[in-house]
Amino acid sequence: MKKTLIPLALFIVLAVFLAIGLTRDPREVPSPLINKPAPQFQTARLDAPDQMFASKDMLGKVWLLNTWASWCVACRVEHPLLMEYAKAKLVPIVGLDYKDKDDEGRRWLSRFGNPYDLTVVDRDGRIGIEFGVYGVPETFVIDKTGVIRYKQIGPITEQAWNEKIAPLVRELQK
Amino acid sequence: MKRWIVSLAMACLCFNALANEAAPLAEDPVVEKRLIGISEELRCLVCQNESLAGSRADLAMDLRREIRTLIRQGKSDAEIMDFMVNRYGDFVRYRPPVKPVTWLLWFGPFVLLLGALWGLYRLVRSTQREATAPVLDAAQRERAQALLQTTSTDTSNNPAPRS
Repeated sequence: MKKTLIPLALFIVLAVFLAIGLTRDPREVPSPLINKPAPQFQTARLDAPDQMFASKDMLGKVWLLNTWASWCVACRVEHPLLMEYAKAKLVPIVGLDYKDKDDEGRRWLSRFGNPYDLTVVDRDGRIGIEFGVYGVPETFVIDKTGVIRYKQIGPITEQAWNEKIAPLVRELQK
Repeated sequence: MKRWIVSLAMACLCFNALANEAAPLAEDPVVEKRLIGISEELRCLVCQNESLAGSRADLAMDLRREIRTLIRQGKSDAEIMDFMVNRYGDFVRYRPPVKPVTWLLWFGPFVLLLGALWGLYRLVRSTQREATAPVLDAAQRERAQALLQTTSTDTSNNPAPRS
């Protein structure tokens, strides 16, 4: 009797492992940059092309770096939520217009609304590579000392904002 | 017939010419060769089952451009691998490194194999024991006893009895 149960037990263990595997998204590759200093960069602003932005300007503040592009479909999904969260003024949001044409980026923002405190350009995608971006949108939570504390892969969802991003930002702002 | 041979020869010449023209497309064959070697070891994160060498995704092209730049800067293959792993994690490598978090991945199959061999050994042993030690029921035992007794009376008539 006991022996006949062994295959059943093995099967259940295997099934549980496979079931857990099914709930995970293979597209979400954990970033090795979490809890590491965010890459330094300096680039032109989309909203004021004659001005430069340097990531070190944000030292001392908790901020979000949100990658987006006018050609990115998922960014349209994320956009209304970002607008809502920007209104709450919890945290400054810097937009990184990833591999986009400046004109098209500007047109996109004036058409759908601009949730960003400021937007900068990454025309050739090099800043994206430094941050390990492999798809837009991606959002990084960066703390006062310039360390990346969280990465949202894909659009920010209401759940991600309420359960992870907003509580983390409040915690880091203390 | 002769005309066929001539046209065939012309065609060959033509292909030859094409082949010669195609060569300079790769800017620097040494760099390109190293690029292919490195990028075949790397996964394209956009289409995860494609290597960076074979992918036509935008990101893959950008990353190949980055690797090409690093090669021109004289970086070693290991340094370029580190560049990629530092940004995208071990997942970009098709050959994950052996370290505590990947032990299960590398050694798990061998542990399973050993477990299975042990199970097989146990199974074979137990069936062997059953085969070598047949169990007799009460009636068979009685018959066996009777047989043994008849043989023992037979041996008592033996001219050379045991002491």
